[in-house]
Amino acid sequence: MTHKLDEITRAKDAWNDSRRKMQDRDFKFETVSSLPVNDLYTPLDVGDLDYQRDLGMPGQYPFTRGVQANMYRGRLWTMRQFAGFATAKESNERYKYLLAKGQTGLSVAFDMPTIMGYDSDHPRAYGEVGRVGVAIDSLQDMETLFSGIPLDRVSTSMTINAPASILWCMYIATGEKQGVPSEKLTGTIQNDILKEYIAQKSWIFPPHPSMRLITDIFAYSTDHVPKWNTVSISGYHIREAGSTAAQELAFTLADGFAYVEAGIAAGLNVDDFAPRLSFFFNAHIDFFEEIAKYRAARRIWAKRMKVKYGAKSPKSWMLRFHTQTAGCSLTAQQPEINIVRTAYEALSAVLGGTQSLHTNSMDEVLALPTEKSVQIALRTQQILACETGVANVIDPLAGSYFVEALTNKMEEEAEKYFEEIERRGGVLSAIDQNFFQQEIADAAYQFQRDVDKKRIIMVGVNEFLNQDEQMDMDILKIDPQIEKEQAERLRKLRRERDNIRVGDALDELRKAAYGTQNLIPFILESVRAYATEGEIIRVFREVFGEYKEKPIF
Amino acid sequence: MARKIRVLVAKPGLDGHDRGARVIARGLRDAGMEVVYTGLHQTPEQIVEAAIQEDVDVVGLSILSGAHMTIFPRICELLRENGAEDIIVMGGGTVPDYDIDMLKQNGWAREVFTPGTTIEKIVEWISSSVRTD
Repeated sequence: MTHKLDEITRAKDAWNDSRRKMQDRDFKFETVSSLPVNDLYTPLDVGDLDYQRDLGMPGQYPFTRGVQANMYRGRLWTMRQFAGFATAKESNERYKYLLAKGQTGLSVAFDMPTIMGYDSDHPRAYGEVGRVGVAIDSLQDMETLFSGIPLDRVSTSMTINAPASILWCMYIATGEKQGVPSEKLTGTIQNDILKEYIAQKSWIFPPHPSMRLITDIFAYSTDHVPKWNTVSISGYHIREAGSTAAQELAFTLADGFAYVEAGIAAGLNVDDFAPRLSFFFNAHIDFFEEIAKYRAARRIWAKRMKVKYGAKSPKSWMLRFHTQTAGCSLTAQQPEINIVRTAYEALSAVLGGTQSLHTNSMDEVLALPTEKSVQIALRTQQILACETGVANVIDPLAGSYFVEALTNKMEEEAEKYFEEIERRGGVLSAIDQNFFQQEIADAAYQFQRDVDKKRIIMVGVNEFLNQDEQMDMDILKIDPQIEKEQAERLRKLRRERDNIRVGDALDELRKAAYGTQNLIPFILESVRAYATEGEIIRVFREVFGEYKEKPIF
Repeated sequence: MARKIRVLVAKPGLDGHDRGARVIARGLRDAGMEVVYTGLHQTPEQIVEAAIQEDVDVVGLSILSGAHMTIFPRICELLRENGAEDIIVMGGGTVPDYDIDMLKQNGWAREVFTPGTTIEKIVEWISSSVRTD
């Protein structure tokens, strides 16, 4: 082998001599994350790659090539379009539409008041009810949201974080009403509060009580909702906030390790909860960088879970992930071309071995998507799955000198960040020092400067513009009337429910919150009594307090 | 010598998408303006109070949640009630063209910039809209 490498070195030097005489285009040959790439990769760039140690077989440690032995030959990725708007009734109709079009899982988007723990009639909810997702105030709304959709036959992902425990209990209670025991429920709650402090900024409580709610969910799920993914550790929002690919990878995995450590510190056995941890990554526009990121993520997770945290179950070593194409890569200009961007991004997610995928609709940069644009986005995935042939072969880019070198590079970059985070006293301390926030802000600013200076080209934005472009796209409009209707429904519920039962349940919840008991049974009881989300959150705000950020830019 | 332009970059409402607000805040600062950033989850009352306290020339609202048609009018109303209607209200975010027309026609926003706008363009607009002599 060394002999061969010597030969290649000589050949490459000779090639380089002639190659250097050729003029290159005036262009920044870097990834979208400003990572420089060479013009050519050869065996010299992956000289010490050890197949069994670094790649292994699919479904085997360290899972670089994928988490299942047969990958998409067994089952295609789940096509899961994130949707939700207006009220539970309107969103229920959209879900039924998507299921009828061949979608295979549901993904619920909540409105901002629900995400921030305010009922629809709270003054802070004014103007925001049903705008960016569906308004859910109580179990009653959740029942409507899944009316006619048997919860033992769909898996549901819910993008909810600070109040995740409450919405999860509403889902469990909706299952009870449908006669579906919690043991049969499948799905995911995002429940990733760390990335909220880091990037997405939808926090309510300070970190410590937030982490307690999360470990309570781990413990409850192990006994009662064993098929549920209890946290979807998310790089998506970190990337959308402006991070590089390497930062997305490193910060997300660091968050994952922090949850593992929190679970262990709460007295749980790592193999009891780690198999239910899942991940959520962004598929940005730089094709190979993204593929390398997913492959590196699997390898890093497997190694740490096995070696550092002593997990024995291969299921704890496997990094399973959902992917969404990058909203921040889309343009308001010439929105139809977003279809093309999304298709390339989706291809990178599939070549990277994703377990489920959301493809953005072309109009999402302008508003929530229309039915037509969502259908095109879903069809994009179906073309990938059924026409292009990319699902036939497992991890088809393995062995590419470039992809393997870039996968190694991603891992190295992530390791550097893990050391830095460790030096800063761990993830919570680093958040407190605004470390992640500043790193991301710097990268976001650098990106914008590069676009402004045309060092990075965005078609339709700083190059290939259409003169006198007029926006002639139909976009989804939310009727302002729904806010009044939702508030009215809520008032009616408060009049008609058993308010003594609600009061008792909330009192018990408060007592438990001041103590150390697992809070989930108390939340579940409050939810069953039709206590509203806002009422439960109010109890927690009283006991836990609120988080305040030091704003930086 | 002309004094420095003072800008309050504000993030109203419940939405936490602050990438745009922070990039603009930094870009305006790098262009020589004095910039105050409110941080997240601000009510219109908090924003107007900060604008008056900080004696700014311009309030820039970053809105990506679809709540622009309630927030811009409310900010203008509160500025007027406090005798501060000379402060220029502008904004940016995912705001459809027809809403921008409506906001400008009603005097609720002097200008609204959408995704894809360069920092330079915003700097130029602010510089030409504020009297600093």
